[in-house]
Amino acid sequence: MTALIEIERFTKRFGAFTAVDDVSFSVDRGEVVGFLGPNGAGKSTTMKMLAGFVTPTAGTARICGKDVVDDPVAAKRSLGYLPEGAPTYPEMTVTGFLHFVARIRGYRGIEAGERVEDAMELTQLESVQLQPIETLSKGFKRRVGLAQSLLHDPPVLVLDEPTDGLDPNQKHEVRELIRRMAPQKAILISTHILEEVEAVCSRAIIIAGGRVLADGTPASLTAPGESLEQVFRTMTMPKAAA
Amino acid sequence: MGALIVARRELAGYFATPVAYVFIVIFLMMAGALTFTLGGFFARGQADLGPFFTFVPWLFLFLVPALTMRLWAEERRLGTIELLLTLPLPQWQAVVGKFLAAWAFCIIALLLTFPLVLTVNYLGEPDNGVIAAGYLGCLMVAGAFLAVGAAMSATTKNQVVAFVLAVAVCFLFAVAGSPIVTEFLSQRLPVLAEIARAVSITERFNSLTRGVIALRDLVFFASFMGFFLFVNAVVIDHRKAD
Repeated sequence: MTALIEIERFTKRFGAFTAVDDVSFSVDRGEVVGFLGPNGAGKSTTMKMLAGFVTPTAGTARICGKDVVDDPVAAKRSLGYLPEGAPTYPEMTVTGFLHFVARIRGYRGIEAGERVEDAMELTQLESVQLQPIETLSKGFKRRVGLAQSLLHDPPVLVLDEPTDGLDPNQKHEVRELIRRMAPQKAILISTHILEEVEAVCSRAIIIAGGRVLADGTPASLTAPGESLEQVFRTMTMPKAAA
Repeated sequence: MGALIVARRELAGYFATPVAYVFIVIFLMMAGALTFTLGGFFARGQADLGPFFTFVPWLFLFLVPALTMRLWAEERRLGTIELLLTLPLPQWQAVVGKFLAAWAFCIIALLLTFPLVLTVNYLGEPDNGVIAAGYLGCLMVAGAFLAVGAAMSATTKNQVVAFVLAVAVCFLFAVAGSPIVTEFLSQRLPVLAEIARAVSITERFNSLTRGVIALRDLVFFASFMGFFLFVNAVVIDHRKAD
């Protein structure tokens, strides 16, 4: 087993507020880790630090052995990252946007074209490839973001709410896609949908208040007869309500 | 190189929206109208582009910030800054790429003033070397204002704020060497008057339009742009996730 994502004591403070508090974990090749937590728990901030967008106050992480703080460009080469909300340039066409990402990732000519074709096929974007992204529906926009993160077939995927805004069929497609890619990659996805964790994740990490509360297989986190939702509520609700 | 890929995308972005056409049409109309009316192009009876060059910096003062205001503010508003800065691209290349795109756009606008050069050559025998030096000056002023504008755009997600800040700062550097400012300062704070003269953009531009290409003026413009691009990179690095 080789850990492709290694997070070591990630901490992020915004003024007096600690968004992420001493978070450490690693993800091996072949694992799909579901990152769970209520809104404001620190999921996105942890992922942003891992992607090199937010600089950690303390701690660091390595992607395929490359330090995200000391060697960010090398770390980003091995990473496919879908930011929260799947931002894309609205005035560009789907192929124009994906070609831009391919060129930044160092692909040229025919190879760039093939990469873009493959990414569009994986995310079923061929039918809208020449449309400006701003004219697309929410589900298509999300898939353009996903295509961008898969384009270079990265060993590490970090997806912030990949199925948010998709209809049930599209959710199913994305989960299938993640499951197919899982054996070759280390995948970290954040989600609010607990059934999704049970459907695709080999491991779940529950985070609240910036701290890791639980880390294990979905089955090991639940007592017999208990659902993951109950576990989640007991762990993350304020004590009085629990 | 990454900076050129970013520049190409940005430049295409100008032409994908009405910004490019509005800018070019307004610039050409105003430059032409001011040259022939207020500038007294015919009445002067001289075969040169003096009247044109007098007005270009003042047109740029308002038009260049309109080009730069979206550079970073729009990326922040759309969230695409997170996408751009998590691609394997050193941050300085993103900064330089955006600047180069806006500069290339200004070059296109300036090239489209070629009928003025043809007119003056048809009517008389101008010193085309002086005209070339004048265009070089326009390019330098555009670059200086662009560097300021891009840095201001990096500080906010609001394009209007970016525009107003850029006009204000560019105006300071444009009038710093004018007699009103330097006389006012030399009566009260002689040290500041010297500094104001030294950082004045207009003084150096005027000497270029007279055909004097002095190395120290070019070094001044280069370091001016370099300084504000550096400020831009620092602001982006510290505030990218805000």
